[in-house]
Amino acid sequence: MTMKVTSKTFIRKTKRGNILKIVREHYLRDDIGCGSKICKKCKHNNERPLVKHQSINKDFPDKHYLLVDTNVVLHQIDALEDETLKNVIILQTVLEEVKHLSHSVYKRLMDIIGNYSRSFYVFVNVYHRDTYVERVRGESPNDYNDRMIRVATLWYNKHLDDKIKVLLLSSDEASKAKAINEGIPTMSLEQYISGLNNVTLTDKLSNRSCMVEETSKEPIFPPHLTPAKIHQGIKSGKLMQGTFFASVDNFLEGNVFVEGQEKNILIQGRENLNRAINGDIVAIQMLPESQWSAPANLVLADYDDLDLENDLNTVEKPKEKYPTGQVVGIIRKKWRQYCGIIQHSLVENATRHLFVPAEKKIPKIRIETRQYDKLKDQRVIVSIDTWPRTSRYPLGHFVRSLGKIGERDAENEVILLEHDVPHSKFSDEVLGCLPKETWTISATDLVGRKDFRDLDICSVDPPGCTDIDDALHCMPLDNGNFQVGVHIADVTHFVKPGTAIDLEASQRATTVYLTGRRIDMVPGLLSSNLCSLRGGEERLAFSCVWEMTPNAEIVNSTYTKSVIKSKAAMTYDQAQLIIDDQNQDNSIALGLRQLNKFAKILKKRRIEAGALVLASPEIRFLVDSETRDPLDVEVKQIKETNSMVEEFMLLANVEVAKKIYSDFPEFAVLRRHPKPPPSNFESLIKAAAHLGVELNVDTSRDLANSLDKAVKLDNPFFNTMLRILATRCMLQAIYFASGTKTYDEFLHYGLAAPIYTHFTSPIRRYADVMVHRLLAVSVAANNTTPEMLDKRKIEALCQTLNTRTRMSAYAERASVALNTHIFFRGKIRDEEGYILYVRKNALQILIPKYGLEGTLFLSPRKGQLQAATFTYNEEEQTQRCGEIVFRTFDPVSIQLSLDSSNVQHERIVLKLVKPEIPNFSVPSITASTVAVQESQKNPHEPCDSLCEPQLKKAKI
Amino acid sequence: MDLLSRQGLRTDGRRSGELRRIRCKMGVFNQPDGSAYLEQGNTKVVAAIYGPHEIRTNRSKAPNDSAVINCQYSMATFSRSERKRRPRDNKSAELTLHLKQAMATAIKTDLYPKSQIDIFVQVLQSDGGNYSVCVNAATLALIDAGIAMEEFVISCTASLANGETPLVDISHLEETMGGPSLTVAILPISGKIAMLETSQRIHINHLEPVLTEAVRGCRFIYENLNKIIKKHYEEIGGASNWGTEEYNI
Repeated sequence: MTMKVTSKTFIRKTKRGNILKIVREHYLRDDIGCGSKICKKCKHNNERPLVKHQSINKDFPDKHYLLVDTNVVLHQIDALEDETLKNVIILQTVLEEVKHLSHSVYKRLMDIIGNYSRSFYVFVNVYHRDTYVERVRGESPNDYNDRMIRVATLWYNKHLDDKIKVLLLSSDEASKAKAINEGIPTMSLEQYISGLNNVTLTDKLSNRSCMVEETSKEPIFPPHLTPAKIHQGIKSGKLMQGTFFASVDNFLEGNVFVEGQEKNILIQGRENLNRAINGDIVAIQMLPESQWSAPANLVLADYDDLDLENDLNTVEKPKEKYPTGQVVGIIRKKWRQYCGIIQHSLVENATRHLFVPAEKKIPKIRIETRQYDKLKDQRVIVSIDTWPRTSRYPLGHFVRSLGKIGERDAENEVILLEHDVPHSKFSDEVLGCLPKETWTISATDLVGRKDFRDLDICSVDPPGCTDIDDALHCMPLDNGNFQVGVHIADVTHFVKPGTAIDLEASQRATTVYLTGRRIDMVPGLLSSNLCSLRGGEERLAFSCVWEMTPNAEIVNSTYTKSVIKSKAAMTYDQAQLIIDDQNQDNSIALGLRQLNKFAKILKKRRIEAGALVLASPEIRFLVDSETRDPLDVEVKQIKETNSMVEEFMLLANVEVAKKIYSDFPEFAVLRRHPKPPPSNFESLIKAAAHLGVELNVDTSRDLANSLDKAVKLDNPFFNTMLRILATRCMLQAIYFASGTKTYDEFLHYGLAAPIYTHFTSPIRRYADVMVHRLLAVSVAANNTTPEMLDKRKIEALCQTLNTRTRMSAYAERASVALNTHIFFRGKIRDEEGYILYVRKNALQILIPKYGLEGTLFLSPRKGQLQAATFTYNEEEQTQRCGEIVFRTFDPVSIQLSLDSSNVQHERIVLKLVKPEIPNFSVPSITASTVAVQESQKNPHEPCDSLCEPQLKKAKI
Repeated sequence: MDLLSRQGLRTDGRRSGELRRIRCKMGVFNQPDGSAYLEQGNTKVVAAIYGPHEIRTNRSKAPNDSAVINCQYSMATFSRSERKRRPRDNKSAELTLHLKQAMATAIKTDLYPKSQIDIFVQVLQSDGGNYSVCVNAATLALIDAGIAMEEFVISCTASLANGETPLVDISHLEETMGGPSLTVAILPISGKIAMLETSQRIHINHLEPVLTEAVRGCRFIYENLNKIIKKHYEEIGGASNWGTEEYNI
């Protein structure tokens, strides 16, 4: 093979402003194949995915392959993902441009290419001797790339001798004209697909074309600045760059988080929001201080609520003002695919519909479909194409359907997709890594392991737990000290680094627990059998064994791989019974009692150090085993034994963190919980101050102390409410590689531990697997692998773990919310609730029993009359109606029911029962049936609430 | 940015085991006793040899039974895309030592007692693997100077792409973007290693494949240079008519 060499020269400016000329070699090869099965010319055609094109197109009758240009890939990736499009050539030029412009599209394209049945072929045209062209002086990068694409298409057509044509799909009119001029068969994708007569595929086409017809309309939004202007503005300080977060309550409000700014910048009003969608990186301009305003404290769900807004706007300007700005441009769009439903359409046979996303932060999307009748009661996925100035809603297109609304599988699918939880079945490759079902411990497995099979080890877990990853033991030693052991399932014995199962687990990062469904990180054989430390069975473990004084001081610690035989797998209740039952004095009972004693000492020590005790309403559904419908809810009970197990897990995590950090100062995988910035506490301090409670948030100990003192005798739930709110001020705890931070930054704020990691749940968390591997090297049970000692790789993996962990927590919450809805079908309940926030037109109410947070609207909705009027006092954060005053944290009695009038959008309705307000509150449940029936008859009666439980767990 | 695409091509269009283009010319200067110009891709180097000659400095410390080798490695100020202040710095002092060490293993110093051999190398354009190209150029220049050597000293670099595939003869871009890079200088006939250096810690599991690849690169360079030298002497001989005669026999 001979290679020609040319050079690529470009000029770059450094940060300091120096101009650099960079010259790189560029080798041109003749061993790149065309990828076609019928080609006999290419000698080096290793991969030949392109076969004869079968599908018939009435607009292009010849046999053909497709070659797409960059814009088609970028805008029509949903259509490309459709199975009907096959035999597509992707040029390297296109691939690189796509990668540069949109990473998410690039990833999806790579997935298609990786799927062999789709017959996509990447032709590396830039290194091919006959298809590389040099850039002409003065040619723009775009023109150059277009020319490369045309040259490659021309080459293909010549190379295949007209046996098979190569059809260029291009959406740009100018470049299409050029191509046709050069004699290249060219079409737009729309034209090509219309020739295929495929309705689903047509729906998947991006909605760009209808932009043209709407340009005649009056623009609603101000224009965005050009990227060059934005760049200039940010450089000169006139504009700021930040991430846009839409408000959950009010769709006309949002915040922009600008790095380096203490406060988020408030954005209010449709024009100022200027088409930003949640998560976008935007450029903003500050408004003059005279136009600064405050969050409206309103709950607005849709444009239907706009009248309400107008009424309320007349209220005098707020006293306290927040920095306010307007969006002038969108730097990077974070558009993705959204799950949701198609809004009920009044016009028959209409093709244009509104799509309502499940996530409230996302605006409705206008789509075009001919399948409305089929899709009207389905959960569907839609993606946004564009948002022109003239359109109130963004324009998008239908991608696929998930199933019927209300069906559990479809709804679960929505939750999993919305939170990007990988949940496909394990691939054969992954399952191939598993040992046989009949696997037992053999002699080779025992090499280098300590034999703890005779020890009285037992595990304590919630009822119904099948993935038991920890077990404990405790026995007295001759010198008066105790031997305490924490035994963790040895997952890394089965999950070897670099194998398919390891990669899959690292991608999944964590096991996700939805109500009634568990999405495993490792296949079930490992998670609920071979790794699970079940009672009475011999299992491989990784043990931490400490010698402790009766004061719970560690004198001596050993870490070792081991083999154990758990004597009993107990539930919290069972363990509690054994501890309480003084008649039992076998070694397990004695061990448990001693462990319990130790746990109390450890807990006290931890709390003295400033560990926070935070509250979060966690609930559990009792699920019908057959129908998987929720039967009843119960608040998760915390027993003494819960805390006992927890203390020892914390201890093991801290000790292991110390150990791996001392052995791997650069590569240890640790977990830190940063101290929240003081601004996070502002709302909490304010809320407490209204009620005469002063909070000190300087350190975690101060906060813990002042929370302990904040007790009101007349409101026993007051303290819990305060703790719930405090939890919401916290930042997320995150995994990181120790080499990327200084020791001071390792702090775990919530636990008040200077160093912390996760070691105790390798069955359900990948971070623990990484820690296990490190510790195994520390104790010379294993050798290092290159991946373990690559700081960049560890850090990148930590980032994925963090995202996945966060998303799985959200998914779990969403699952609870879904089940709450199912639970309330056809039920009406009166429950105790507490006011969480007082808003201008509503009260946010928390119902601890269901861990549910809902909105009780106080002002009338559009077209409704209401006799009772409320006065809002912003200063004191109260709502007053006659004699009755609502304050934050006040207890109320609430009637809950499900508004099923709109099948597409079931909502939980909150109605006030107590305190009684004439013409506003409803009678308690016995008398209320009549009222509910009424509401079901009238589908347009606006419901009083839109609620989405927002449980926030203290994830530590 | 991937150093190795899914199609198995590097950023400049080579495959993982391919070297850059080699071009060279021997006897480029008149004044020195031997000189050579060597290009490996965009890395371009000149080498000049003076000697063996009398020891000029530190005559008292000169060994009685062997020659002193004096090296100097420098980079032209225009050799990189960003202009350098001065041609020699701490880094080049280190490379000077490495160069001396590698060349000393092959030069038969005991044939030149009480004398000195100067090796000057200068990088004219830098695009990765500077040290390796300098070693190769110095070898060529020593041959041009007619200094007795055991055999060639040939050097090559290798690195890892995506933490798994070894890349041979790395460019500047691959040096800065990639993982650990390894430089090795060998005596290709006996297979001895004259110098081995890594830019950062390299995992033991990776060392062997990367080293093997670098050595393979050395052997390839050796064959190439050997051919070029033979051709060069054929041409020189052709001018005075002994070379061709000999070949005609």
